[in-house]
Amino acid sequence: MNGLLQGVFIISMMLLLIGTFFWAWSSKRKATFDAAAQLPLEEDESGVES
Amino acid sequence: MTTTSVDYNNQVVRQFAVMAVVWGIVGMSVGALLAAQLAWPALNFDLPWLTYSRLRPLHTNAVIFAFGGCTLFASSYHIVQRTCKAALAFPRLATFTFWGWQLVIVLAAITLPLGITQGKEYAELEWPIDLLITLVWIAYAAVFFGTPARRQIQHIFVANWFFAAYIITVAVLHVINNLAIPVTLTKSYIVYSGAVDAMVQWWYGHNAVGFFLTAAFLGMMYYFIPKQAQRPIYSYRLSIVHFWALISVYMWAGPHHLHYTAMPDWVQSIGMVFSLILLAPSWGGMINGIMTLSGAWEKLRTDPVLKFMIVSLSFYGMSTFEGPMMSIKTVNSLSHYTDWTIGHVHSGALGWVAFISIGCLYALLPKLWNKSLYSLELVNAHFWISTIGIVLYITAMWIAGVMQGLMWRAVNDDGTLTYTFVEALKATHPYYIVRLCGGLLFLIGMLIMAYNLIMTRYSEDKLSEQAA
Repeated sequence: MNGLLQGVFIISMMLLLIGTFFWAWSSKRKATFDAAAQLPLEEDESGVES
Repeated sequence: MTTTSVDYNNQVVRQFAVMAVVWGIVGMSVGALLAAQLAWPALNFDLPWLTYSRLRPLHTNAVIFAFGGCTLFASSYHIVQRTCKAALAFPRLATFTFWGWQLVIVLAAITLPLGITQGKEYAELEWPIDLLITLVWIAYAAVFFGTPARRQIQHIFVANWFFAAYIITVAVLHVINNLAIPVTLTKSYIVYSGAVDAMVQWWYGHNAVGFFLTAAFLGMMYYFIPKQAQRPIYSYRLSIVHFWALISVYMWAGPHHLHYTAMPDWVQSIGMVFSLILLAPSWGGMINGIMTLSGAWEKLRTDPVLKFMIVSLSFYGMSTFEGPMMSIKTVNSLSHYTDWTIGHVHSGALGWVAFISIGCLYALLPKLWNKSLYSLELVNAHFWISTIGIVLYITAMWIAGVMQGLMWRAVNDDGTLTYTFVEALKATHPYYIVRLCGGLLFLIGMLIMAYNLIMTRYSEDKLSEQAA
């Protein structure tokens, strides 16, 4: 029983990790992520940088 | 160009950033004194306050929690405001975190040389200071999490996720590891004993490395490298997988600090396996950061600030390869208790943590003073002097460590030890002197940085005038 639980746990953790990949690479989220990646490049409040 | 009208709280960021440089110099000076004491023990002058045993925790606390901590407060406060387009929540609490954290550092600097300690590595401070740390940390969490609550954009930038994980985890680690029964104001007893105490201690100790010294500085990396390179991160999607993989794996790696001890064997094996798995997310993050420069490598030639950041990632990659290797039990049987460990730690602490911090401080402070840096040549000099310092330091410790391990385990045909302990110590002596030189070079770099920042602060040159 203990071994079975371990197996179930390992498989669920693996699925969770693989799921994260699918979640991150889904085309639905591409626009949001592209916009987020630009955040550090935006100007600071003072607007003095060239 | 978009200029927003948000009134950012720069004051607290400036305060923490300036104190980071100050405490960095203090902590590294103590480190240099300790390195000198190991080479020439008479340098403790037979004063109890200057003995190695009391100054060593002062050094580690000063560089990790004072230098590293102040850099993290400064950068997390800066980044969370910019990426949420919102001013810091609870400005008074933010001010309290600054003064509270400085008080913690001063109390540490007083109590540790006096020999007041819990005797737990990286958690030496006694219970009243622990309570103060807890208060400051709760205030920090309120300020940090309160800010995204007021954000103007929907998505929470990945750097903030790293900072969030670090704040939550450090709170849990600190409280659980420091549970103690106070006896007097300066003496308490930890509630755990024996192997359980060791297990809790290294669950704390390793996750302090994982979340304080890694996750949080990765947050810094994910904002400042794109900012400095003026290019978006190589793969934003990879940064998300990086985050979840890193924080879920790190938590279980602690037992590799306790190989071949009274800890159950299976716990040691779990620690080793998870340490090996850690290589994947660590290198994923390193590649993500370095590849941000893909197609713009020439920036490295002209921008020494970017050099600090990118070389920090190279050291991150090296030490996150070395770490899993050293967690393999057979390798650990050679490396453990030798100076190899010290070399590994400093490859991570100087090469990764200090370099990314220095890079960020150079990027951050002039901007907060609305000025351009006084001298890029001095940044370049700082970079090369520090890099040579690190290389001297870690190669000396690698050689010394492997040599010690081999000498300690060597046995004669009749089963007696080939070398006495003092023979190994004598053989180590020249490497201790090389290590001191490396440390001094790194310290000189920090002094150059302090000079450069002072000159930046008090020079007339204003960015706004240049632009006009």
